[in-house]
Amino acid sequence: MIVKLIRNVVEGVKPTFEKGGRLGFLHSLFDAVDTLLFLPNTVTRRGSHIRDAVDLKRALIVVVIALIPALLFGMYNVGLQHFRAVGDVAAQASVWGCWWYGFVRMLPLIVVSYAVGLGIEIAFAQKRGHEVSEGYFVTGMLIPLIMPIDVPLWMVALAVAFSVIFCKEVFGGSGMNVFNPALVARAFVFFAYTPFISGDKVWIRGAGKGGEYIDGFSGATPLTQLGENAGDFLAEPKVWDWIVGTIPGSIGETSVIAIGIGAVILLVAGVASLRVMASVFAGGWLMGLLFNLIGGSPVMEMPAYYHLLLGGFAFGAVFMATDPVTAAQTGWGKVIVGLLTGALAVMIRVVNPGYPEGMMLAILFMNAMAPLVDHTVVGFNIRRRTKLRRA
Amino acid sequence: MKIIKLRKGLDIQLQGTPLPKLIEACGSDTYAVAPGDFEGVVPKLLVREGNSVKAGSPLFFDKAAEQVLFCSPVSGVVSEIRRGEKRKLLAVVVATDGKNESLEFKILAPEKALREAVAGVLMSAGMWPMLIQRPYGRIATVGEWPRAIFVSGFDSAPCAPDMNFILAGELENLKAGIEVLKRLTDGKVHLGLKAGTDGVLNRVTNAEQHFFDGPHPAGNVGVQIHHIDPIRKGDVVWTVDVQNLAIIGRLFKTGRVDMTKIVCMSGPQVINPYYLRIIGGAEIKSFVMNSNIKPPRKGSGARVVCGSALSGRAVTREEFMGFYSNQITVLEEGDHYDFFGSFAPNTNKFSVSRTFLSWLCPCKKYSLDTNVNGGERPMLMTGIWEKYLPMDIHPMYLVKACIAGNIDKMEALGIYEVLPEDLALCEFVDPSKTEVQEAVQNGINLMIKELS
Repeated sequence: MIVKLIRNVVEGVKPTFEKGGRLGFLHSLFDAVDTLLFLPNTVTRRGSHIRDAVDLKRALIVVVIALIPALLFGMYNVGLQHFRAVGDVAAQASVWGCWWYGFVRMLPLIVVSYAVGLGIEIAFAQKRGHEVSEGYFVTGMLIPLIMPIDVPLWMVALAVAFSVIFCKEVFGGSGMNVFNPALVARAFVFFAYTPFISGDKVWIRGAGKGGEYIDGFSGATPLTQLGENAGDFLAEPKVWDWIVGTIPGSIGETSVIAIGIGAVILLVAGVASLRVMASVFAGGWLMGLLFNLIGGSPVMEMPAYYHLLLGGFAFGAVFMATDPVTAAQTGWGKVIVGLLTGALAVMIRVVNPGYPEGMMLAILFMNAMAPLVDHTVVGFNIRRRTKLRRA
Repeated sequence: MKIIKLRKGLDIQLQGTPLPKLIEACGSDTYAVAPGDFEGVVPKLLVREGNSVKAGSPLFFDKAAEQVLFCSPVSGVVSEIRRGEKRKLLAVVVATDGKNESLEFKILAPEKALREAVAGVLMSAGMWPMLIQRPYGRIATVGEWPRAIFVSGFDSAPCAPDMNFILAGELENLKAGIEVLKRLTDGKVHLGLKAGTDGVLNRVTNAEQHFFDGPHPAGNVGVQIHHIDPIRKGDVVWTVDVQNLAIIGRLFKTGRVDMTKIVCMSGPQVINPYYLRIIGGAEIKSFVMNSNIKPPRKGSGARVVCGSALSGRAVTREEFMGFYSNQITVLEEGDHYDFFGSFAPNTNKFSVSRTFLSWLCPCKKYSLDTNVNGGERPMLMTGIWEKYLPMDIHPMYLVKACIAGNIDKMEALGIYEVLPEDLALCEFVDPSKTEVQEAVQNGINLMIKELS
């Protein structure tokens, strides 16, 4: 009954938004809202008369759902880290208090990310005369999760705009991009405004914004500490903290448990590729083992699995490397690119003194390499076909 | 006995699989041959309205191959030459006189007769079009003999008929049909069978038998060819529908054209799905009636599909049973809006992705309608199609080559081995709702245009 009423309202205002209508310039926006509320009534015309119930909206919504554990924990951790930094022991103990503190600080980031990104997407869809693609559902959630909490909002807006326009729309929109848009946004901030996304001041909401750090508190992420003073850091590794995620870092990346829940959701739903995910972890672990063999410094000798728990490795492997558009598309390609992504990330961490974290650059680099790998894999398939002929 | 195991593919849990119950059709008043059933044929008429014909009398021929005749399935009078836009010939309709007389054809022993003589009988009786040539899936080119002939002995499409049930009484005709095919090739005649079944087709021992195990599209002859003896550039092989094989056998045993066949009425909208004995080319409304179809939802309709729900052709009730079809599927039209369809957990929608809670009850059968369930989008989710094509082919690359019209790429990526029906499941599962089968057909048409 109510559904019918809503449908009637939508049908009623439809002409206003259609071409030639008074608000015709908002057609794409109207269309996006309409299809979000109602699965359209289009029927098949050719080919298969029946179709699977899944559509892109649904598949991508599942990814957003899979991000929710990391998001919720990230909010909690923002509060927790803040109260630790300012030495407020009572507030640290309150889960709800920590979460609320984080939620309030996090919300503007999410709103800015979606508003700017979707605004640009809708404008492009309107200009090009096609439907708004759902790709930004996921990107818009990923971007705040891979930023430090203290990043200025205008910087997020700028990064989103840069990413959506230059990484996605100039290539032709969703599905045509070479690089993962969320990572491009982060890379933009990373290279254009380096001080805002590195060092030991930005990962915790604090200094200058409602509270000063207590004496002797360091807001450095484990990876930064590892880069600067590996010996002391490894003297007492807090592995359990790394798994639970109560450490400084980008908002969504810290908790391996929350990311693990997301990974299970993605894999069970069949939205992300197990091949990619597993081979990224395998690649990182194998590279860690290789460094163990070489040895020579505390970082090289630390247990290989530490790499998989620290920094953005798990988050990148589960949510970024599996992006079906920018990952390899062939079965073997997925394995090769996955292994190399993991290996490269660990190599950058260990060998390059300038960058404590290598996951972002590793994924972006392998995004660029993926088509080449696919080309080779498909080439083998073609060669197999012509060879069989001669036999 | 070697079983070829296929892991990729999908059996769609569609309601309406026919029960083993055979009903004699009460008979249609009119029968027809529709040029639209034959891809690439330019028809030239041989009859006019009012001419009397017998079963086996030619109605039209293909402009490109004059020997290839298309013949009446029954005796009677040509009652209508049905034309569409730009006078395109849609169907030659024959009003039956009920006697079902046939022209008499020479009875040949195919083992001893000349290959050309066997082919001549097939052509003059209008059965040459039953021989389908690969690559491309067109009617066999006259004079170009195949290196092998393939027959699929089972249909794995949703709600498909059980061939062992349909052909239960046709063993001798099937064997005779195989002998005919053997005469037409220097190579082998292959028969693909479903592993684990034992029926009349297992006793057709004069063909090379191969056993397949796995979900749809294991029954597609193209998939079977790929695993038995793949088609490469320059190869020509033929395929024959197994029920048409029995009809060919009948011709060589009796010298008469008898187009009687059994089809199944299937799909979620059919009341108690069953099998039906008809004569090929019968008018759809003679057996799809309101009495055996469930009433559709208010404001909606039923879609009658000649063939399977995956790659059949939608027909009106005034059209006729397709030349190659063994199945009628009736579906509900899905022209309705679904409030919050993208978000609701939904246990009554079928999906291969486990994004719907319905995956928790894997044995449930679903009444799928014709709603697209989403909007067409760029190909975003990669790696899904590959799970539903049991061939050593990269479907997404092939389809992209087809869309781009790149002849070299299509050839390299395996266009010779596939027909649209083989990629029908890719189209079914695609979250981006790409028109895969149309793209492949366009690719094939382009290949024919550019390379002939």
